[in-house]
Amino acid sequence: MFTYTVRRLFSLIPVLFGMTLVVFGIIHAIPGNPAQVILGQRATKEAIAVLSKQLGLDRPWYIQYVDYLNKLLHGDLGTSLRTRGPINHEVWPFLAATIELTVVAMVIAIIIGVNAGIISAWFSKSWFDYVAMVLALIGVSLPIFWLGLMMQWGFANELGWLPTTGRENVRDPVSAITNLYLIDTLIQGRFDQFGTVIKHLILPSFALATIPMAIIARMTRATMLEVMRSDYVRTARAKGLRMFWVVYKHSLKNAVIPVLTVIGLQTGLLLGGAILTETIFGWPGIGRYLYDAIGYRDYPVIQSGILIIAAIFVLINLIVDLLYVVVDPRIKYTK
Amino acid sequence: MLMKKKSFKLLLISLLAISMFLVGCSSKTNNESSGKKEPASGNSSKKDTLVYGRGGDSTSLDPITTTEGEAFKVTENIYETLLQYGEQDTTVNPGLAEKWEVSPDGLTYTFHLRQGVKFHDGTDFNADAVVFNFDRWMNGDSDKFPYYTMFGGYKKDEGHVIKEVKALDANTVQFVLKRPQAPFLKNLAMSPFGIASPTAVKKWGDDFRSHPVGTGPFKFVEWKQNDTITLEKNPDYWQKGLPKLNKVIFRVIPENTARLNALANGEIDVMDGLNNSDEATVKSNNKLQVIERPSMNVGYIGLTTTRKPFDNKLVRQAINYAIDKKAIIDAFYGGKALPAVNPMPPSIEGYDKDIQPYPYDLEKAKALLKEAGYEKGFSIDLWAMPVARPYMPEAQKVAEVIQESLSKIGVKAKIQSVEWATYLDKAAKGEFDMFMLGWTGDNGDPDNFLYTLLDKDSIGSNNYSYYSNDALHDVLIKAQTETDQAKRNDLYKKAQEIIHDDAPWVPLVHSTPLLAASKDVVNYLPHPTGSEALTKVDFK
Repeated sequence: MFTYTVRRLFSLIPVLFGMTLVVFGIIHAIPGNPAQVILGQRATKEAIAVLSKQLGLDRPWYIQYVDYLNKLLHGDLGTSLRTRGPINHEVWPFLAATIELTVVAMVIAIIIGVNAGIISAWFSKSWFDYVAMVLALIGVSLPIFWLGLMMQWGFANELGWLPTTGRENVRDPVSAITNLYLIDTLIQGRFDQFGTVIKHLILPSFALATIPMAIIARMTRATMLEVMRSDYVRTARAKGLRMFWVVYKHSLKNAVIPVLTVIGLQTGLLLGGAILTETIFGWPGIGRYLYDAIGYRDYPVIQSGILIIAAIFVLINLIVDLLYVVVDPRIKYTK
Repeated sequence: MLMKKKSFKLLLISLLAISMFLVGCSSKTNNESSGKKEPASGNSSKKDTLVYGRGGDSTSLDPITTTEGEAFKVTENIYETLLQYGEQDTTVNPGLAEKWEVSPDGLTYTFHLRQGVKFHDGTDFNADAVVFNFDRWMNGDSDKFPYYTMFGGYKKDEGHVIKEVKALDANTVQFVLKRPQAPFLKNLAMSPFGIASPTAVKKWGDDFRSHPVGTGPFKFVEWKQNDTITLEKNPDYWQKGLPKLNKVIFRVIPENTARLNALANGEIDVMDGLNNSDEATVKSNNKLQVIERPSMNVGYIGLTTTRKPFDNKLVRQAINYAIDKKAIIDAFYGGKALPAVNPMPPSIEGYDKDIQPYPYDLEKAKALLKEAGYEKGFSIDLWAMPVARPYMPEAQKVAEVIQESLSKIGVKAKIQSVEWATYLDKAAKGEFDMFMLGWTGDNGDPDNFLYTLLDKDSIGSNNYSYYSNDALHDVLIKAQTETDQAKRNDLYKKAQEIIHDDAPWVPLVHSTPLLAASKDVVNYLPHPTGSEALTKVDFK
C-alpha cells in the first residue's frame, strides 16, 4: 500500500511534465501578444517592442520554456505579467476560495445525489424514482448561467433569504488567515460571520452541485439496481434483515466503487471548471483567475494555474484509488 | 411486504425530518438577516459605507503603472494630482497646486502648492515630493509607467517635452519644457499622475503597487484580489468636512445582471456598467436610480485604407452614406447616444459643429460605388468586437444591422469575431477590412482623439484603419505646440474637415455610459474620463 502510494506519487512527475509541455505549446501557438494586451489600446509600437523584450517574449519559445521549467523546479511559479505579483503568493486566496466552494458543493452533491440514487433504486419504478431521475436529467442539462441568475432572483431578490454574490458581507469583512473563510471565522470565534459565510455559500454551491449531483444520482441508482438483484441481497432479505440495513449497509458497500470514481472525477472537474459559477456569483476563485489570465495572455499565470489544477486532479484520483481499499478490502495494491 | 411498508414509513418520516430541518434553516437565516438589519439601522442614524460594484478588479494601486480604467476608479480616491478636472468636465482646476503661472513662450510653468497637506503616512506633501514623483516617472519606461508617454516619452527620448522639474522653495515647483505642449495642464490632471508619498515609494519599491500612499480623501486599507478593495476616510484630509463617507469598498462582480441583482438586494450601493437594456428595470424599482456619465467617447467602424476596396475614398464615403446611425442608437443604446459626425465628441473644445454628417442615403451610396467602379458591389469581412464597451455595448447585433444595410447597396459583409486580445492584435496589424472599435478620451483634449487615432504616426498602435494623410499630419503636429487656444481650435477644425472628406471611419456614436445606484446615494457625480473621487458622495 505504502509503496503503491509512493509509486503513484512518482508517476505524477511525468504527467505534470507533460502538462507543462502541452499548456506551454498551446498558449504560445494562439495569436495575441501579451505586451499588446498589457499596454492596452493605448500602446505604441515602440512600447510593445520594449515590453516584449523585457518580458523575454522576444526569445525563442524553447528558451522561454527551459527558463520556465528551471524556475518551476526551484519552486517558483513565476510572476504574473499583469499584476507583477509573484504567483506563489497570489494564487492561494483564489485556490482557497475555489476549494471551499467545491468541497461544499461536493458534500451537497454526494449527500443528495447518493441518497436520491439509493432511494430510486430501492423503490425503482415508483413515482420517487421517476421524479428523481427526471430531475437528474434536468440537473445535467440546465445551463448554470441561467440557473444561477434565477436562483439569485428567487432566493435573494424575491424572498430575501440569501445574498446574491460574493463570499462574505463586505461591510463586515472576514480577516483572512487560511483564506478558507469557514475555518477562519471559526478560529476567530466569529460565529456570526460563520453564519454569513454559509449563507453566501448556499446559492453558488447548489448551482455548482447540480451537475455532479445528477450524475452521482444516476450512477448510484444504476449500480445499486445491479447489486440489489444479486444473490446475497436476496439471502439477506430472506434472513429477515430490515430492508434499510440491506440497502444502506450491505448493498451500498458493494455499489460504492463506481460512485466513488465518479465523485473523484467530478471533484477534479469542479476545481478547474467552476468559471461560470464563479463569474455569476462574483466568487474570487481560481477559475476566474485563470480566465482573466487567458484574456490578458498572462502566460505564467495560465501555465502555473493549469499545472496546479492538474496536480490536484491527479491527487484526488490517487486518493480515490486509495479509498477503494478502505471500502472494499478485497482490493489490494501490492508492490 | 410488511417489511417494505415499514421501511417506506421510515423513509417518509426521514423525508419529513429533512424538510423540517430545511425549513428550520431557512427561517433561521431569515431571522438572522432581518435581525441583523435592524440594529445596523438602529445603531447609526446614517449609512456611511459605500459599496461600489464593478465588472473587473484593479491591476495596480499605483496609478502610473497601469493604463486600465478600473485601476483609476480606485486610485482617484487615494491620490491627488497637481491640477484637477472640473467635477463633470475636463476643464483644469486647482488641485494640489493652488495656483500657477505660465511664461508667455509657453515653456515655463510655475506651480504654487497647497500648504499643510500631508500624505496618509504622515509625511509632508511639498515641492520635493512633486520633483521626486516626476523624476521617478521620467526615468522609467513604457513598461513601468506607460501613461507617462503623454509627455512625449521618457528622459532619454527625443520627444520628451519636460526639460526639468525643480523645487524653487518648499511650496513652489517649476517645470521647464523643451517646447510648448498645448495639453500640458490637462495632462497633469490625469489620474495616472497622482502624487505618491516618496517615503512610501522608497519603502515598498516594486510592491508600492499594492501599498498605495497618497494625499487623497481616502486611505487604503485592504485588497482582496478579484474581490474587494477597501478604503477608509482620511481624517486629516485638507478639505475640511470631507469626505462624507467613512468607508468605500470596491467590489468585483463580473456579470452585469448579477451585479444588478446585488444592487437590488442592497449588497452594493452603486453599480458601474449598467446595460442600456436594463435601464427600464432600474427605473421601475423605486429603491434605485439611474445615473448618467457624461459622454467622452466614440464608437466607430474603421475602414482599413490600405486594403481593397477601401483604398478608394469614394467607396469609404459610400459606406458612410449606407449606415443608419439613428436606427442603431434607438435599438441598442436605448436612445442614449449621439450619432457621431466627427472622430471626437462635441463636448471637446475644438469640435467642428459646421461639418454636415453624411446622411443615410442608399441612392447616393450606390451612385458613389458606381463611380468608383464597384457597381456590382463586393464582398468583405466585417469584424465585430467580442467584448462590451460603453461605446459599443452590443457589437454583434450592431454588426448585423450594418450587414443588412450594406447588403442593400450590394456589399456582402461576412461578420467575423475573435477573442479580444487577438482582435486588438489583428487590428493593430491592419488585417481587418472593416471593423468596429472605439475610444474613451484620457484628458479631454482633441489631440488625444485626432492624433492618437488617425495620425500616420499612430499606425501600428491606435490608427487601426492605417489612414495616412500628410496634410493632416502637418496640421496635427502644429496644433500640438500651438498655445493660442483660438488658433489651435482652427487647426483642429481643419483637421476634422480633412478627415470627414477622406472618411477613413464611419463615426458611429458618442454613447452615454450608465450607472445605477440605490436611491439614498446622493452627490454622485460621474466624470467623463470614467473615474471620479467619491469625496462628496453621501447617503440621504
